[in-house]
Amino acid sequence: MRETIRFTLNGRPVTLDTAADRTLLWVLRTDLDLTGTKYGCGEGVCGSCTVIVDGRIVRSCQATLGFVSGKDVTTIEGLAPDGKLHPVQEAFVEHGGYQCGYCTPGMIMSVYGLLLENPRASRDEILEGMEPNLCRCGAHTRIVRAIETAAAQMGGRND
Amino acid sequence: MTDATRMDRREFVKVLGGGIVVVVTLPLDMILDPRVPARSQRQYPTDINAYLHIAEDGTITLYSGKVEMGQGIMTSLSQMAAEELGVTLDTVYIVMGDTESCPWDMGTFGSLTTRMFGPAVRTAAAQARLVLTDLAAEHFGVERDALTVENGVIYVRADRSRRVSYGELAKGKQLTHTVDERAVLRAAKDFTVVGGSPKRLDGHEKVTGAAKYAGDIRLPGMLYARILRPPAHGATLTRVDTSAARAMPGVTVVNQDGLVAVLAADPETAGKALGLVTAEFDVPGPTVDTESIFDHLVKAAPAPATPDEAGDLALGRRRSAKTFDVTYYNGYVAHAPMEPHTAVAEVKDGKATVWSSTQAPFSQQTNIAREIGFRADDVRVITPYVGGGFGGKVPGQQAVEAAQLAKITGKPVQVMWTRAEEFFYDTFRPAAVVKLVSGIDAAGKLLLWDYHVYGAGSRGSDVFYDVPNRTVKVYGEWRGGPDGYHPFAVGAWRAPAANTNRFAAEQQMDLMAAAAGIDPLAFRLKNTTDARMTAVLKAVADAYGWKPRVPPGKTGRGRGVACGIDADTYVALAADVTVDRATGAVTVDRVVCAQDMGVVVNPDGARMQMEGCIVMGLGYVFSEEVRFEGGNVLDANFDTYHLPRFSWVPRIETVFVKNDALPPTGGGEPAIINMGAVIANAVFDATGAHIRRLPMTPKRVLEALRKV
Repeated sequence: MRETIRFTLNGRPVTLDTAADRTLLWVLRTDLDLTGTKYGCGEGVCGSCTVIVDGRIVRSCQATLGFVSGKDVTTIEGLAPDGKLHPVQEAFVEHGGYQCGYCTPGMIMSVYGLLLENPRASRDEILEGMEPNLCRCGAHTRIVRAIETAAAQMGGRND
Repeated sequence: MTDATRMDRREFVKVLGGGIVVVVTLPLDMILDPRVPARSQRQYPTDINAYLHIAEDGTITLYSGKVEMGQGIMTSLSQMAAEELGVTLDTVYIVMGDTESCPWDMGTFGSLTTRMFGPAVRTAAAQARLVLTDLAAEHFGVERDALTVENGVIYVRADRSRRVSYGELAKGKQLTHTVDERAVLRAAKDFTVVGGSPKRLDGHEKVTGAAKYAGDIRLPGMLYARILRPPAHGATLTRVDTSAARAMPGVTVVNQDGLVAVLAADPETAGKALGLVTAEFDVPGPTVDTESIFDHLVKAAPAPATPDEAGDLALGRRRSAKTFDVTYYNGYVAHAPMEPHTAVAEVKDGKATVWSSTQAPFSQQTNIAREIGFRADDVRVITPYVGGGFGGKVPGQQAVEAAQLAKITGKPVQVMWTRAEEFFYDTFRPAAVVKLVSGIDAAGKLLLWDYHVYGAGSRGSDVFYDVPNRTVKVYGEWRGGPDGYHPFAVGAWRAPAANTNRFAAEQQMDLMAAAAGIDPLAFRLKNTTDARMTAVLKAVADAYGWKPRVPPGKTGRGRGVACGIDADTYVALAADVTVDRATGAVTVDRVVCAQDMGVVVNPDGARMQMEGCIVMGLGYVFSEEVRFEGGNVLDANFDTYHLPRFSWVPRIETVFVKNDALPPTGGGEPAIINMGAVIANAVFDATGAHIRRLPMTPKRVLEALRKV
């Protein structure tokens, strides 16, 4: 059943005339042409599709469009809107916290979300928060270094 | 089809908008350093090619049939080109994996890029520098020797006010230069770009989500396809009813030559339509499963190859003070790249263009052409960023499917495998059995090595220890073996066969060391005269802080060492583990890796590969095992098939054994080959338990502990 769904996407209002039970991941990737958010498992067990909804980490393959109606959605494309990298992104570049790059948007959004929820998260808290995210290339040690750098640089801020 | 010169050279320059193109088509043996062992050349075509274009604005573009799937070669190949051209890295661009513009390439695997294609890139760039220098010599009316190059500008040595840039020289030119002489390459001691660790060139795109993978390609009118799959390998479709799917608005159904697919404007609608397709299959009863496969692999084994044989086994056995007869087992393992196999295909005006997540665009071009009845020249494969390959993205079934559906429907089509399809159609690392009988004399010198490997293949089975009486017999290669040997497709998995072979061989070494009452590192040094192996063993010992001790210490914490040779790189690992005797859980606390990989083109990039190997290796060591009943693959997602996670990752230290006299050797795979043995050896030290089967799940560790 089609209906009008409105939400905020990367700071801009979006209006879609479509079914509310559609999956956010696929709507982002097809209707909205934001392909940075990746499909990895389709069951919420790899983290590649992570986005932020009203300040919380959400696996977009497990979220419906109805769920984000009226909410504020941030995807990887919304992290550096004016071209200036977010400190988390900068830290991933600095430490080489990626290899193939496919899980990277989900990793970065998860870190971003963790620091939003808990700007003074300890290393252990961050690691625990990142545990569900899979990286097959094995960039983990550098991702951890990137997270530590970003967290230190943001110094408890969460913007 | 190894002809890289299909496009007329002048046409090529025209397409590129003028400038200078340098083409290298030297025979392999003229490019490679004679010190590169001949064995590394097997499987490679006799001519490797490289193109380099210098545009009128001075930008340099390198064309490479290799693909970027995480290894960082986009950066390291650009470094090699920049080094020989005498330019800064930021002026070099690279086009990769496009069959239309890049020279033919066999595929990106086997840690071959740097050691085999690297020399072609360096040769092309060195020759380009000569061409440009000669043009400058003509321009100034001086001899070549009177000139010098700095950052893409050529100066007259005696008068630096006389200068001309590469771009200025390329202006107005439509020049193609084919290299048929061996250019002089820069010596390692003069390197300014190679040997450095610049930030990776793919970083910005990858952290912003801008990096395009095959699934991110969007074409007007593109349809997303879902394909009917059998419930098990070997199953035959007996009945299919697509009427309900056909009745869905906006759904296109294809049922042709065994290909049953539904297509829609978004992937979810296609998924729903597929759910409405009803089908029946004849499924053959299972003959093997996760547990019985090992007996089958030995019983059904093909005749062996014998890559190594020396001395007299019977004599070795008689003279041995102690012999050790052990069988090792290793399960099927999935590649499980985070990006599933994906392709977008468009068929228009008799030509097919396919964007594919592939490690082998040129062989896919051939396969697609054959399957859709096109000439290879009418198929173009473009490789965007690839989201991990590890040996699994070679066959290209998904690209063929996309091309077939695009041809049938007349619309652009995307095929992106679901995770379940990925687990079903993966070409798994083969399960394997190793039967090994070895012997030592009273002083701990090796006398006997009787090695039989079933299923895994030969790589990594080479005996680099000094054993007078030895044989290596290989029953079946990793590509498959006889019909029915494996219940599904198998193939190359990061350092194919080596992970299994080193697991067996290096654990056997510790078993013998312990029996001889010798420290395992000292035991290895005592039994090899290979200078490079000795050097990496000493390097890993230094970095680890290794003090001689005979295992097992049985304190619940243990250490292990293991070594090997892969892709001409020598590698040694040392590791610390803690074993929970109550649960069988093993924690890896620390891994130290030492590598001699010749000239290290990009040290940080090489370390990333070493770290990646170590972390990926934790998966096949502890949890990864594809479970199955006949052709029915029971694992379909990451909820049951467990990849390494953040909490598993130990402290990792990587060291290089400097060896600038040797050209670069492989870097993508070597560090993974010893992970099984180094951890098993550390568990033995910690507990006295022998781990004969991978993965060493807590249950299997507990079983092994009970036997101590």
